[in-house]
Amino acid sequence: MNAIRRNRSVQIGMALLVLVAATAVLAPPLAGMDPLRMTPEDRLSSPVAAHPFGTDMFGRDILARTLHGGRVSLSVGLAVAAVALAAGLGIGLVAGYVRAVDRIVMRIMDGIMAIPGILLAIALIALSGATLGTVVVAIAVPEVPRVVRLVRSVVLAVREEPYVEAAVAAGARLPRLLVRHVLPNTLAPLIVQGSYVCASAMIVESILGFLGAGMPPEVPSWGNVMAEGRTFFQIAPWILFFPGAFLAVTVLSVNLLGDGLRDTLDPRLRGRFQ
Amino acid sequence: MTGFLLQRLLATIPVMAVVAVVVFLLLHLGPGDPAAVIAGDYATPEDIERIRDRLGLNEPLHVQFLTWIGQVLTGDLGISIFSNLPVAQLIAQRVEPTLALSLGTLLVTVVVAVPLGVAAAWRAGAWLDRCLMGGAALAFAVPVFVIGYILIYVFAIKLGWLPVQGYRPLADGAGPFLRHLVLPVVALSFVFIALIARVTRASVLEVLGEDYIRTARAKGVTTFRLLRRHALRPALVPVVTVIGIAFALLVGGVVVTESVFNIPGLGRLTVDSVLRRDYPVIQGLILVFSAAYVITNLVVDLLYSVLDPRIRG
Repeated sequence: MNAIRRNRSVQIGMALLVLVAATAVLAPPLAGMDPLRMTPEDRLSSPVAAHPFGTDMFGRDILARTLHGGRVSLSVGLAVAAVALAAGLGIGLVAGYVRAVDRIVMRIMDGIMAIPGILLAIALIALSGATLGTVVVAIAVPEVPRVVRLVRSVVLAVREEPYVEAAVAAGARLPRLLVRHVLPNTLAPLIVQGSYVCASAMIVESILGFLGAGMPPEVPSWGNVMAEGRTFFQIAPWILFFPGAFLAVTVLSVNLLGDGLRDTLDPRLRGRFQ
Repeated sequence: MTGFLLQRLLATIPVMAVVAVVVFLLLHLGPGDPAAVIAGDYATPEDIERIRDRLGLNEPLHVQFLTWIGQVLTGDLGISIFSNLPVAQLIAQRVEPTLALSLGTLLVTVVVAVPLGVAAAWRAGAWLDRCLMGGAALAFAVPVFVIGYILIYVFAIKLGWLPVQGYRPLADGAGPFLRHLVLPVVALSFVFIALIARVTRASVLEVLGEDYIRTARAKGVTTFRLLRRHALRPALVPVVTVIGIAFALLVGGVVVTESVFNIPGLGRLTVDSVLRRDYPVIQGLILVFSAAYVITNLVVDLLYSVLDPRIRG
């Protein structure tokens, strides 16, 4: 725990993340304005005292929309990480332990990995309708195979350990064996993987919103706000710039946190990408 | 070598089979009637019935799958609902811009990222290394469309050096072709340069710790020659693997970049088809992209065995 706290990447990443999370949680008092309120007389205003980040084509305040967008993006990132880790953990534990299931499951995972993630996500959303839930699941599905592979590799390594064999010899049943002896070993790599999934989910959310295939358009997610800025990019670049900068800082902080955790929790993974 | 090649080739069959099943099931996984989903919110019951009939949705599921897979295997990807043209033809028309963008990105990435990664490893811990790795962390965090718009703003709008958007086919001459390709390729390359430079750095660092490098140094090999001749080739093995894995990432990037720069390639076709719910086109595109991914990784496996002959055994 001390090693984690002393790690520079963790310190910087954590500090930035706390800052961004605070602006998202405190969005209403900080922005002082409703992100949906239109002020037509102020539309496409450049950054001024009343609107520090400017306004969009309906005169909505970009500062308010950016801060509220942080709530959506951070929630999506966390929710996707939770869904992908939970699904990947369940499938990976079983695949790693039950030989009969392993081959079939891994072939299916190879197949899903061959489908480019963003294509799979936009196809899933287009066909099941854009809601918060479908967006989260659609972004999570392409991430699952990588988590499955990770968990499975840990299980395969752990099952050969003497203490696991001892537990088997002592008559531990499979579910108990997995939960008591195998699960704890997967935690460290899963936390690291989870941070990368979270960061990439926020990028994917913004891309989906940008392509017009993400969240319902009335939700002020960073992707949606930037998508609206597309048409007016030449005359009002701030609509795209400010949410983009917030997104970059957030993703950077989560990635730094992930790198730092990887280096301290699992030195074997050091230097390897994801 | 032939045995290795054959084994690799056979291994792609189950992967493509899973892809085909997933692509086929996509439409049936969503809630509600697929024909109604495709027809959209303003469709009449007759429209829905027409679509159901045309896609053969009245047949039992396994019959639909066998009919569909039979057509796909003979190169028939179906007919677009929106334009009534064969999907294979629509895709063929759009291949050139996407290929130009992807290959351009791959070229720029390798040419820039490998030397950067080697330099960072050589000066590990020094300011050059810190700057490069800091830049890489930043490049991972900025979505490609934001980079694209910043490049357009600076180099096309403010400086006026390059065209804002659009694409010129190679047939119109190499000059206009390249001028329109510069900004999209650079925008898309950022994240890949970051990725490949990081992997190269880690890989070269590992190789530099080997005994034979110390031996080479001891017999007086110059630094440049040491990095190029002794360290680079073994270090390239993981780099080549990552290029294969990064292909899936590249497809996502291509879809976004083509939208930003208004390039009429496969990515734009994908977004347009999704927004129009032109299901046969979406299916065809996912199949083609996935097949390209599988083929890329096959080539990577072969390259891998050339770089490191031990793998063949």
